[in-house]
Amino acid sequence: MSNWTRACGTDDIDNEDVIPVAIDGHDYAVYRSPDDDYFATDGHCTHEAFLLAEGLVMDNIIECPKHNGRFDYTTGEGKGAPICENLRTYPVRVEGGSVYIDIG
Amino acid sequence: MAATGNVERIVVVGTGECGARVARELRERGFAGVITMIGDEPHTTYERPPLSKSALISDEISPVEVLPAARLAEFDVELMSGKAVEFLDRDRMLAVLSDGGEVPYDRLLLATGARARTLPIAGGEFALTLRTIDDARALRARLGLGRSVTVIGAGLIGLEVAASARQLGCDVTVLEVAPRALGRALPAEMADVLVKRHAEEGVEVLCGVVPTDISILDGGFAVGVEGFDQPITADVVVAGIGATPNVELAQAAGLRCENGIAVNDRLRTDDTAIFAAGDCCSFPHPLYGGRRIRLESWRNAHDQAAVAAANMLDGDEQHAAVPWFWSDQYDLGLQHAGLADEAASAVVRDSGNGSQVRFALALDGRLVAASGVGPGTSTAKDIRIAEMLIAAGNRPDPEVLADASLPLKELIKS
Repeated sequence: MSNWTRACGTDDIDNEDVIPVAIDGHDYAVYRSPDDDYFATDGHCTHEAFLLAEGLVMDNIIECPKHNGRFDYTTGEGKGAPICENLRTYPVRVEGGSVYIDIG
Repeated sequence: MAATGNVERIVVVGTGECGARVARELRERGFAGVITMIGDEPHTTYERPPLSKSALISDEISPVEVLPAARLAEFDVELMSGKAVEFLDRDRMLAVLSDGGEVPYDRLLLATGARARTLPIAGGEFALTLRTIDDARALRARLGLGRSVTVIGAGLIGLEVAASARQLGCDVTVLEVAPRALGRALPAEMADVLVKRHAEEGVEVLCGVVPTDISILDGGFAVGVEGFDQPITADVVVAGIGATPNVELAQAAGLRCENGIAVNDRLRTDDTAIFAAGDCCSFPHPLYGGRRIRLESWRNAHDQAAVAAANMLDGDEQHAAVPWFWSDQYDLGLQHAGLADEAASAVVRDSGNGSQVRFALALDGRLVAASGVGPGTSTAKDIRIAEMLIAAGNRPDPEVLADASLPLKELIKS
């Protein structure tokens, strides 16, 4: 079931960066790619649950701020050790200067 | 893909972060032969960093597995826990176990780690040390509300244990022989931020203090201190005074050891079939003039595992990663990249939210080290960028480094 929820404004995120968004007690990470596309994933690393939004975004990769585990935030795919589990991603839609994510 | 036709059996001695990561890397690089991991601890692979931090303040310390059982099975790793390698028969290329078993190898990795140094004073055996999950459980069982704890050593482990014990309600005193805390790890200004935080939490860090002996007193302990009229009494004494690399196996096998098992920048020992990685090895670092160093950190174990795996499969990768470590004390997170020994000047970037990063520049303007401290992982991005600048030999504009309103990321793109 779809459940589109406003996460933030498009200008709240710098180009090639990420911000944390909490909705109903759940942490998400919302990304703006170098091409100004928007993406959303679970907020916590699948390795030791640190908040990803304090990590560095480079191209389509988010790096965990603690152990440098890497994910492709456009697909959620883990990029090698120490990551053992992929990251959950959420559908994103941009409308009228706002970023909406489908939290299901 | 590396030519691996002649490598069919790889033995990894050590089941810590490094050993476990090597097993994974070998499979991810396409190695289809036999991988045997041998470790003397009676456990599977687990992460050590939480043991002085988050795990120590939990009620029950459960291991964070580096390779969960499903992954061990997926990677088809033969894990021999609770087995000690007695010696290496280099002529026959066998790891000989203390129970007489023999494990043949084409390539062998020594990831034997390090062990906690014990206090070389009378009664030093009464001080607990922290390295393994069993050590952590033994220590945790003695901590609790109102217990008095004396920590000997104001290095990273000592201060992390002090913070964790304090969070559990213990009365904590830290004794340090050197004139200041964290002398080996951090610039004085950054160490001061942490020591000040300990003081705010009610933990006293006494520097320039020399413990002379530990004796049993009324069910607890008395720590004698030079120049003190009275000994310091405590329910629990912990020593965090560094670690000694486990080189004995290598030494007995006739491999060169210099403050660790000596390897080249490919992590190979003088025996072309034997490699070493992680806390146990010393290696020449290309970023620091080829100077031989040894690092005790999670990240180094992790990074070197990848290089060792590649080179055991006849690859030719150089280990050139920037040294990096972190610490957690209370809600403060510390991250540090680089080695500061060439530092000639420093630039401070204050983010205004209780976070600051201190950059160390060499005489020629190269960034050589950076330390950040602040709530949680608030300085992680800056330190990660600093790491890339250090690796590239970049000479960043000090004005950009100092101005928190200017994004550091531009520096890696310029």
